[in-house]
Amino acid sequence: MTLAPETTGLKLQLQLEEDWFTVCDLHLLAPGRGVAALLPDGRQVALFRDREDRLYGIGNLDPFTGAAVLSRGLTGTHQGRPFVASPLLKQRFDLETGQCLDDEAVRVETYEVRAR
Amino acid sequence: MTATPGATPTIVLVGHGMVGQRFLEALAERGLTATHRVVVLCEEPRPAYDRVQLTSYFSGRTPEDLSLTDMEFIKEHGIELYVGDPAESVDRASRTVTARSGQAFGYDTLVLATGSFPFVPPVPHKDAEGCFVYRTIEDLLAIEEYAKSRARVGAVVGGGLLGLEAAGALKGLGLDAHIVEFAPRLMPVQVDEGGGAALLRTIEGMGLSVHTGVGTQEIVVGEDGAVTGMKLSDGSELAVDMVVFSAGVRPRDQLARDCGLTVGERGGITVDERCRTVTDPHVFAIGECALASDGRVYGLVAPGYEQAQTAAAAIAADEADPLTFTGADLSTKLKLLGVDVASFGDAHGTAEDCLDVVYSDSRAGLYKKLVIGRDGTLLGGVLVGDAEAYGTLRALTGSVPPVSPESLVLPAGAGSGAQLGPSALPDEAVICSCHNVSKGTIRGAVTEHRCTTVPEVKKCTKAGTGCGSCVKVLGQLVTAELEASGVEVDKGLCGCFAQTREELYEIVHALRVSSYRELLDRHGREGARGGDGCEVCKPAVASVIASLAPTIGASGYVLDGEQAALQDTNDHFLANLQKNGSYSVVPRIPGGEIAPEKLIVIGEIARDFGLYTKITGGQRIDMFGARVEQLPLIWARLVDAGFESGHAYGKSLRTVKSCVGQTWCRYGVQDSVRMAIDLELRYRGLRSPHKLKSAVSGCARECAEAQSKDFGVIATSSGWNLYVGGNGGATPRHADLLAQDLSDAELIRLIDRFLMFYIRTADRLERTSTWLERIPGGLEHVRDVVVDDSLGICAELEELMAAHVAHYRDEWAETVNDPERLARFVSFVNAPDTPDPVVSFVPERDQMKPDLPLLAIGRRPLEDALEGSAQR
Ligand code: SRM
Ligand SMILES: Cc1cc2nc3c(=O)[nH]c(=O)nc-3n(C[C@H](O)[C@H](O)[C@H](O)COP(=O)(O)OP(=O)(O)OC[C@H]3O[C@@H](n4cnc5c(N)ncnc54)[C@H](O)[C@@H]3O)c2cc1C
Ligand code: SF4
Ligand code: FES
Repeated sequence: MTLAPETTGLKLQLQLEEDWFTVCDLHLLAPGRGVAALLPDGRQVALFRDREDRLYGIGNLDPFTGAAVLSRGLTGTHQGRPFVASPLLKQRFDLETGQCLDDEAVRVETYEVRAR
Repeated sequence: MTATPGATPTIVLVGHGMVGQRFLEALAERGLTATHRVVVLCEEPRPAYDRVQLTSYFSGRTPEDLSLTDMEFIKEHGIELYVGDPAESVDRASRTVTARSGQAFGYDTLVLATGSFPFVPPVPHKDAEGCFVYRTIEDLLAIEEYAKSRARVGAVVGGGLLGLEAAGALKGLGLDAHIVEFAPRLMPVQVDEGGGAALLRTIEGMGLSVHTGVGTQEIVVGEDGAVTGMKLSDGSELAVDMVVFSAGVRPRDQLARDCGLTVGERGGITVDERCRTVTDPHVFAIGECALASDGRVYGLVAPGYEQAQTAAAAIAADEADPLTFTGADLSTKLKLLGVDVASFGDAHGTAEDCLDVVYSDSRAGLYKKLVIGRDGTLLGGVLVGDAEAYGTLRALTGSVPPVSPESLVLPAGAGSGAQLGPSALPDEAVICSCHNVSKGTIRGAVTEHRCTTVPEVKKCTKAGTGCGSCVKVLGQLVTAELEASGVEVDKGLCGCFAQTREELYEIVHALRVSSYRELLDRHGREGARGGDGCEVCKPAVASVIASLAPTIGASGYVLDGEQAALQDTNDHFLANLQKNGSYSVVPRIPGGEIAPEKLIVIGEIARDFGLYTKITGGQRIDMFGARVEQLPLIWARLVDAGFESGHAYGKSLRTVKSCVGQTWCRYGVQDSVRMAIDLELRYRGLRSPHKLKSAVSGCARECAEAQSKDFGVIATSSGWNLYVGGNGGATPRHADLLAQDLSDAELIRLIDRFLMFYIRTADRLERTSTWLERIPGGLEHVRDVVVDDSLGICAELEELMAAHVAHYRDEWAETVNDPERLARFVSFVNAPDTPDPVVSFVPERDQMKPDLPLLAIGRRPLEDALEGSAQR
């Protein structure tokens, strides 16, 4: 999670091992609405921006259905923590830890994201 | 290894089923886990789960959802749990149990909770491929796999409680299902003849084929050894691809027999009143494997739980609280979707001099019988078709009801008047029979333990955590108790807003708030202000803003600016999300009328994009399997051909169905097609608390099913009758007549007012049917407001609708003509041309369907492991 200062021309980047992988222009990410990105190795990441311009990245695959849809869920705040609710069966995932809030045995992977 | 004196005494539990788990909890409650070493041998590949709710697996509950075992609990209490390692032998002389893995455990106390196994009648080929039983999660996984891959017709042997559940599950899996029951009626143990007859009609009405009074003689197999049919005792033969045996259960007492414990003639480990085996004071038996001191083996979970507590008390040598188990009630409520069946207490009226009070309406599939003792005591009863009163009646059993028994069985509105709520129950009344929790205990949870919600009360008292049939009454009690103690019941929309949807509507309307953020920061709950809201209030507020858009000066396009971030994915992509991440496309076909040219366009588009097409239940055509990036291309062609969005994705007007009406039909008295088209075009795009459906029939024969709609119109020779509050779906409701013999203009004016009044006052996701039943005054009040203008708001309601009609624009036309709006329709922001590889299809019946095995790969690991083991 990083703060994205309000400047244009910034790129959204995601940490892959040592390197930062550039995804897209930051302005393509609207607060409260996710996008999906495809990584070089075929993995999919769901990227989000909240109203304070904090950025988050988690796996895009919904572990409950197998569909690649988490980027299309609605976001929100639960007890002070940011989450996304899967658009299919509505389970919520903490955007910082990937932990499913409705089933403690389930977690999705998380990614470091920044704006540069 | 045997227990040595002086060492920590050891309790070995064999069987980690429902009762075993309850026993462990009882040990912990009594502090025995601190003073004893506790070893559990669990045969199944997973720790204890909720077998009672097994069937809910087919309605989406995962094996994890069903789990009853909290690993924290196991750890905290130092319990040694060996999963997948059954006990194989017991040596009572040396007090040792040996498990399949070879491990041996010495015990001071041995508790057998091995449950039962399904009885399979000894018919030829009973073990053939395609034959199943219905007991464990593994059984269900295997049934699902087989049903999906190679079966179309299934039969269930046995028409008892479990048989009906199994048949419902087969039907839910898309199979034609037969039920073969040897007894002359369904559920012979629980219901009497009259109840059986009502049940039969309902079950048959659900599309299941029932064969009673016949036995299964042989399973017929094909050359490959798999099931192809079954021969029945009346000489007939059924062609089926799979058979599920559900012909009763037998106690699993082999382990006990092998070590010389006494078992009953018909099975079951014989125990005394404290659940100790009559043979060996060091050995207990509880649950379905035990033959209780009253000579019965109980096949229900509630008696098993009682036995678990009894055994724990005996082991604790608690003389202050010497629990005994001497018998239990056999109350049951069937959870089969759509059919209510319940029986409780002395359902068959075996007590001396008792009499029956019966209400029966065979056309409606209703049958209710109460058994009343000579002194007026309620002894038991059977409810078929409507088990609404089950929770209350069961709790009243054993006492004299405060109102006449007749009024307890008459349906509401049939002159009975006496609707007995849970407030009429005495404090001793048992509300939750699974955990033996009385009304007094539940009230105490609220008043003394300060529980304010049902989940809290469940946690505190355990009530409602068994079969779940008492949860409704539980909810009513908790609310009543909270209100009585002056606690304000939180009616807020969600964790972010303390207001109801209706109150938010008034705020948005009066203060002209057109931004969600502004609403949250100014009117949200203290802790939610400045936050990101949640998935409940965002779409609800988006819908309110959209309904009022022209009046409050918000954009009428639901994806402009901030509004885009509030919409559910369906509204966001203006299409319906499907299980594999693809979308479906439903163009509007007003009134179901479509010219051949347009039909051809739909066919061409579906063909060109390889979409699965289906005629919907709403008189239009759905095209499934579109990828996000295909949606604009598909819609560009649809818009070009004159189609508009059908709003199948929105909480908004869906279809106005019509019959062919006066123009063609010899009975028609009005032009129903024209009226349906007029209504559909008038209300299209109207955002509302839930979806809105309508229909227009050309005469009283009602071919358009208008009385099952939110607003339905039926032609009369002098105009139109307007019905409101109808519903299909899981809880169907016939619409109520609001007004008669209306002219075209009168009809439309009334509908305008009705819809706007509903949008203004309903809760989130509340259909007109539930709204009408909830609002104080019901239909009469609505009639006062919208027909007689008792609140003086009709002019305003009409204006709101006029503004909606004037500002309507097709969302898809607005989208395909705007490059900026099109930018969102990609699978990947960094690879706009790459389609999502998870969206993949395989052929089926000349079309295609989602690649389900591919989806399964993405699912969480535990489930994969299970699916693997299901392939026997
Ligand atoms: C496509 C269709 C089934 C079909 O192949 O025929 C369908 C499909 C869905 N229905 Fe339906 N319903 C369809 C006609 C019906 C009907 C029949 C009718 O409209 O005359 C009913 C009963 C009438 C009623 O609504 O009162 C019906 C009662 C439901 C319900 C239960 C509503 C209730 O109040 O109990 C739901 C669940 C809900 O909305 O919460 C539902 C929900 C759904 C959803 C939205 C479930 C979902 O969230 O995925 C399905 C969307 C599929 C899609 O992506 O397109 N569908 N659904 C039908 C579309 C009709 C259309 O052209 O728009
Ligand atoms: C589909 C279905 C629906 C039901 N619906 C209801 C309902 O609505 N209401 C109701 O009251 N009851 C219902 N029941 C019955 C209820 O599930 C049982 O009464 C309850 O599960 C009994 O609990 P138990 O612990 O005695 O047996 P089980 O839950 O069967 O547990 C016994 C466990 O012991 C294990 N075991 C056996 N032998 C060994 C061994 N040698 N070593 C180690 N482990 C062993 C078994 O594998 C099993 O896991 C239903 C049952 C089913 C199958
Ligand atoms: S189309 Fe309707 S009935 Fe069929 S599965 Fe979907 S919601 Fe259920
Ligand atoms: S009666 Fe079964 S959970 Fe309460």
